[in-house]
Amino acid sequence: MLEINNLHVKLEEEDKQILKGVNLTVEAGKVHAIMGPNGSGKSTLSYVLSGRDGYEVTDGSATLDGEDLLELEPEERAAAGLFLAFQYPVEIPGVGNMTFLRTAVNAQRKARGEEEISAADFLKLIRERAKALKIDADMLKRPVNVGFSGGEKKRNEILQMAMLEPKMCILDETDSGLDVDAMKLVSDGVNALRDEGRGFLVITHYQRLLDHIKPDVVHIMANGRIVKSGGPELALEVEHNGYADILAEVA
Amino acid sequence: MALPQLKQDATEARLSALSLPEGGWSSAARADALARVRAMGLPSRRDEYWKYTRPDTLVDADAPKAALFDAQEEPIFGEIDRLKIVFVDGVFDAAASDDLSLDGIEIERLATSAASDIHWAKDIYGVLEAKGQDPVERPLAALNTAFATDGILVHVKQTPSKPISLIYIHSDEGSDAILHHVIKVDSGASVTVLENGPAAARFNKCMEIDLADNATLHHVRAQGRDHERRAATHMFARLGTESVFKSFTLTANGVLTRNEVVIELTGDDAVAHVAGACVGDGDFHHDDTVFVTHDAVNCESRQVFKKVLRNGATGVFQGKILVKEGAQKTDGYQISQSLLLDDDSQFLAKPELEIYADDVACSHGSTSGAIDEEALFYLRSRGVPESDATDLLTLAFLAEAVEEIEDEALAEEIVSRLSEWLVRHRRS
Repeated sequence: MLEINNLHVKLEEEDKQILKGVNLTVEAGKVHAIMGPNGSGKSTLSYVLSGRDGYEVTDGSATLDGEDLLELEPEERAAAGLFLAFQYPVEIPGVGNMTFLRTAVNAQRKARGEEEISAADFLKLIRERAKALKIDADMLKRPVNVGFSGGEKKRNEILQMAMLEPKMCILDETDSGLDVDAMKLVSDGVNALRDEGRGFLVITHYQRLLDHIKPDVVHIMANGRIVKSGGPELALEVEHNGYADILAEVA
Repeated sequence: MALPQLKQDATEARLSALSLPEGGWSSAARADALARVRAMGLPSRRDEYWKYTRPDTLVDADAPKAALFDAQEEPIFGEIDRLKIVFVDGVFDAAASDDLSLDGIEIERLATSAASDIHWAKDIYGVLEAKGQDPVERPLAALNTAFATDGILVHVKQTPSKPISLIYIHSDEGSDAILHHVIKVDSGASVTVLENGPAAARFNKCMEIDLADNATLHHVRAQGRDHERRAATHMFARLGTESVFKSFTLTANGVLTRNEVVIELTGDDAVAHVAGACVGDGDFHHDDTVFVTHDAVNCESRQVFKKVLRNGATGVFQGKILVKEGAQKTDGYQISQSLLLDDDSQFLAKPELEIYADDVACSHGSTSGAIDEEALFYLRSRGVPESDATDLLTLAFLAEAVEEIEDEALAEEIVSRLSEWLVRHRRS
């Protein structure tokens, strides 16, 4: 589904190489996790895939179901089925959460040549999906993420994911700033979306999120490359021994 | 003090192009106003109060021509049940207007009222305007009082069943209109006044509003979209105890607009809100000049102005809150913000507070900024195309001003006009 080959990325503003040849394939129906120390390039990878400004791809490719992601505008990537759950969801004063979601859902449908969803159907759907994430009517009415707690913001990301039904979901440190209960709620939301047609890339510092969202493959990223891949046991190894041993091993 | 020769010449040149209308009961007020104009002189670029807006074309003897503009859209407020009063290039259009009668109110034209020597409006016409000349001179308002050819005089005794809607049509490229309205609202009554349309090539309009204790006035205005029209407007409002005044103005296009609002809170516990949303593209200059005087205890005032500017458009805000000695427990708020959609546009703001009481809460703020790139990316990452996302964020920026409109149907009308404007004026 998601194929990343030899991806090299530098910052646009300064001559600093962040990704130095990332190779990664996420198959439909699988959950891949990327772990790694601070500054290894994990978040950069998620931003480059979603099309954020400020990065320059100097080499390599990234495709979603064969479509060249790097050629597309961010909204086209979304319509193609890519979704990024932000590490720091953005507050948008003056735009109602519900209005925002309906605009997004319909924009994607339109881009794919599908009919827009009716207001009534949308309302029914969002109520049902919000309930599962314990998002109340008030949170739906309020401006996007404004005054939301850290946990509420992350739940709101998962709600967007549930409503947009993407093919490929990237979760960027979704566990940061979450207490145990919130992590459970968010994980349950993600697990409910696991499906044989959908791929996940879960970026995290810590193993504990992977207790809830069980990965099929775990990758260790360091210094702009994936240095080791393995099964779920790799995450446990990191938890017990830290990154130092692994990095020493591959150096 | 004698006026500088240049200013005196410019003033006399303008006056020579006008003649005092038959005034009846208003004759004395008109003569006084003319004397005020001669004493003050008409505004010039060198006046501090006109530092950011060139008054020349508002003062010239002849109005610069303004091409007629077919907006190709239904006029605003079309779905609202209202009493329509239509002026074409400043001339009352009886055929297009409704009968000037509505339960609970007395309504009359300024021009036809001149037949009488006594009138209730005598206590207001030119009176609030004259009071509003201190501490800052507003010569165009005095000129208006002296030379207004028509307008409406409304005495609201009881709350009417529908809004009074003033519709200003522009049909002559060289029209130069001067209208003056007086609105008096009795104790406990409430009225909504709507205004829309470009009015004339050059429009000088004055509205004097007298709110008795517990009276309420809601005012919603949409200034017409003719690109070349010019307008100088004044509102003078005097607020009694526990009265409420709320005014909102939408301005889209127009080569030059100067809207002055002068409010005096004279009774305790009164509330005055003035808001404006303006969107300008290209050769557009929009000036909101507001002066709120707190002269009573426990009053609240809000000024909320938002301007979206692009392609070299200019926005101006001059806003002042004056809290007089003894006006304790004043709650004054003032915000003026611009969203600059490119590097060519500019926003000039002069927020002022002048406070002579010691137990008050007054705040003011003014900002200029671009579209929030983080928010834009967030929206796009969810599949919203860049142009739609920009419009959504622009409307969100304007929301605080639009939210000052209490009536939901009217607010929706304004939002839909703003949305349409944004779509028409997209970058592509």
